[in-house]
Amino acid sequence: MDMTGEGGRIARDAANRQPRPGEYLAWRVGSEEYGIDIRKVQEIRSYEAPTRIPSAPAHVKGVVNLRGAIVPVVDLRLKLGREAGYTASTVVIVLSVARRVAGVVVDSVSDVVDLAADAIRPPPEVADATGPRFITGVASVGGRMLLLADMDTLLSDTLGVS
Amino acid sequence: MTATTAAADHDLTQFYQVFFDEAAENLDTFEQLLLGLDVDAPSDDTLHAVFRCAHSVKGGAATFGFSDMADLTHAMETLLDRLRRHEQKPSTQMVDTLLQAGDTLRALLHCRREGGEPPATDGLLRALARHCEAGAGTPAPAPMQAAHGMPAQPGGARDLEMLVGPPATAAIADDLIELFAEVSGGGRLERAGNAPGQAGDCVRFRLNTTASDSEVLDLCSFHAPRDAIRLQPWPAARAADFELFEPPPVLPAAASALSGTPPAAAPAPAAAPRTAAAETIRVSVDKVDQLINLMGELVITQAMLAQRAGQLGTGAREQLVGGLSDLERTTRDLQESVMAIRMIPMSDVFNRFPRMLRDLASRLGKQLELRTVGEATELDKGLIEKITDPLTHLVRNSVDHGIELPAERIAAGKSAHGTLTLSARHEGGCIVIEVQDDGKGLDRGRIIAKARAAGMDAPDTMSDGEVWQLIFAPGLSTAEEVTDISGRGVGMDVVRRNILALGGTVELDSARGKGTRVRVRLPLTLAIMDGMSVGVAGELYVLPLASIVESFQPQAGAIRTLAGGAHRVVKVRDEYLPVVGLRDAMNAPPPDEAAPPMLVVVQAESRSMALEVDRLVGQQQVVVKNLEANFRKVPGVSGATIMGDGRVALILDVPALVRCSPAAQAVPA
Repeated sequence: MDMTGEGGRIARDAANRQPRPGEYLAWRVGSEEYGIDIRKVQEIRSYEAPTRIPSAPAHVKGVVNLRGAIVPVVDLRLKLGREAGYTASTVVIVLSVARRVAGVVVDSVSDVVDLAADAIRPPPEVADATGPRFITGVASVGGRMLLLADMDTLLSDTLGVS
Repeated sequence: MTATTAAADHDLTQFYQVFFDEAAENLDTFEQLLLGLDVDAPSDDTLHAVFRCAHSVKGGAATFGFSDMADLTHAMETLLDRLRRHEQKPSTQMVDTLLQAGDTLRALLHCRREGGEPPATDGLLRALARHCEAGAGTPAPAPMQAAHGMPAQPGGARDLEMLVGPPATAAIADDLIELFAEVSGGGRLERAGNAPGQAGDCVRFRLNTTASDSEVLDLCSFHAPRDAIRLQPWPAARAADFELFEPPPVLPAAASALSGTPPAAAPAPAAAPRTAAAETIRVSVDKVDQLINLMGELVITQAMLAQRAGQLGTGAREQLVGGLSDLERTTRDLQESVMAIRMIPMSDVFNRFPRMLRDLASRLGKQLELRTVGEATELDKGLIEKITDPLTHLVRNSVDHGIELPAERIAAGKSAHGTLTLSARHEGGCIVIEVQDDGKGLDRGRIIAKARAAGMDAPDTMSDGEVWQLIFAPGLSTAEEVTDISGRGVGMDVVRRNILALGGTVELDSARGKGTRVRVRLPLTLAIMDGMSVGVAGELYVLPLASIVESFQPQAGAIRTLAGGAHRVVKVRDEYLPVVGLRDAMNAPPPDEAAPPMLVVVQAESRSMALEVDRLVGQQQVVVKNLEANFRKVPGVSGATIMGDGRVALILDVPALVRCSPAAQAVPA
């Protein structure tokens, strides 16, 4: 491989925020399975109805009290354009996003997988240029396809990060 | 011996912060004292105090090797020493130069803290030296002049005695001699025998050089730390009765090297004007904020306990009631004490103005007298920081547009100097800060004209109060010309927005030819608030008690409609107030069944409205939490709190609700 080619790839990877090898928490929204860097995950809670915020978009369910901190709860299923139901097994992942703490509602949480560098591939080129920028990689685990998600990219606008 | 230079090499950076803080305080005191100095009849106490401020800063600066600051403070000290010994009389120009020197020191301090290009000090050093020379009666012999202060006399070689010690190794002496020999302009350095009474482990040199003291020290620092070097005029040239030249302080660690005393002891002895030091303690803001957070948690827990106890059976409850009420009382007292830690007197804010006004007045050619009332009034530290900019703008406005030129004032039968009054007082749960001037007042006609020119609706029937409020509209400036001080028309809009963001209000009052008064009202603290909780659509919301006028259940048919049902009003005593459903304002779903509503009359910025809610829940103190810590600013909401049951309740921004509700603007009195 020539140096300029490698240099270009490294630069592109840096720009794409290539996911690091390591442990990822796997969770589901609908039929899709996602993974998020375990270091961003603070805790996992069961869903409780948050306090509504007036004039917030539908996917911002409101805020909850997390041991004294006021934390916004975003329903990822609504954000990703899917249906959302709230049952006893609905789960909220509390994570750190862009130096804030936020909770995201997902359908279920499965396990923690350890991904080696060679298991992580760059995301497939999607025809539509406005495709999901928050997916920064794809990993194969057993027969599963894990979409590695960058929450900062997905939630910055919603949380009002400048 | 070796330990000495090792101690000097210790990482001193951990002590920098203390020096920065103390130096900043000293510079503030320095400026205040100078501003208060009566040039014609200077008080000895003031002169001594000013000298001590400069001396303290010099001591610390020299210890840490901040030679630019040390040189400048040394030059200031030289002049101040002459003044305090009555060897010279102070003049306004001297005060100006000293004030400028103080500014430059602040800038140098800032560069040390944050990095950046430090300002040049040559001009100031020369100016300070000139003041000294101008005052000196008989010109001192040339070599003596060179020994005063730090700057190099161009072309003039000086004979200096250099004491280095104790040197880390014996070879250092030879290294230094070689170094000076090699470096052009360094001068001639030769070993000299020890002087009588000199410390045995120091090495003495004679140096003939054209370089300045700081350049010499810089050169030596290749082999020996600056702090271990003392420069003095060579004894032969030193007049017996003069002792103005003070050598840079040697690190006391040199004396206590073996015991390993931290060098931070050095600044402390030099700092004299700290009579208040014994009564105060320096605490980091983080620690205080942590206390406040814990206090908040305690209040919440105590509220939860009280609520749970209320749900117990009578027998169990009685056992708890005594303890719980004690707990509540103690918690409240503790909370007040903790909040009080963050309270700072308004004098901290007011003290920034004398200097600014002095410069501003002289630049505009106006004469000003500043009066302050109620400087001891205290305000939460967080608010103090945020109110300073808006207040500064208001003060500048008064001076720029309010106070007239002396000639105009005299023609109007007023005194030549204008008076600006800054006042602060507590009123209810708020602090009221006023900026008042006795200038020419606001021109109602011009404001209306400007508003109309900007496309705003400004009928002649507007009351004075409403006309003054137009000033806060963005883009509206009635200044004849835009000065760099104010007049771009963006100021008052931003001022009001900033004050509103703090949960406060701002009002204007003016009389043509007499003056203008701006009144700012702020809550005493942002952290804890008395609130009334109301229920709407199954959610709890908190209204600040300070905004609530009254609440009542309207009789059937009391709420009337206007304009085909678009607006609703209710008669309260003699007034018709607009009725706004909180349900609608909060975009909550419509109720399943129509329940009899409750009305809460709220007031903000001289406007009232009636908020319709489902039920009144209770009154309590709430701990205000910030939504923006993890989320964005939500319009109509000023914060959130955690109720006794652990749920989050939103705290409503009443002024915003009043402002935004279209009904509130339409109703005639």
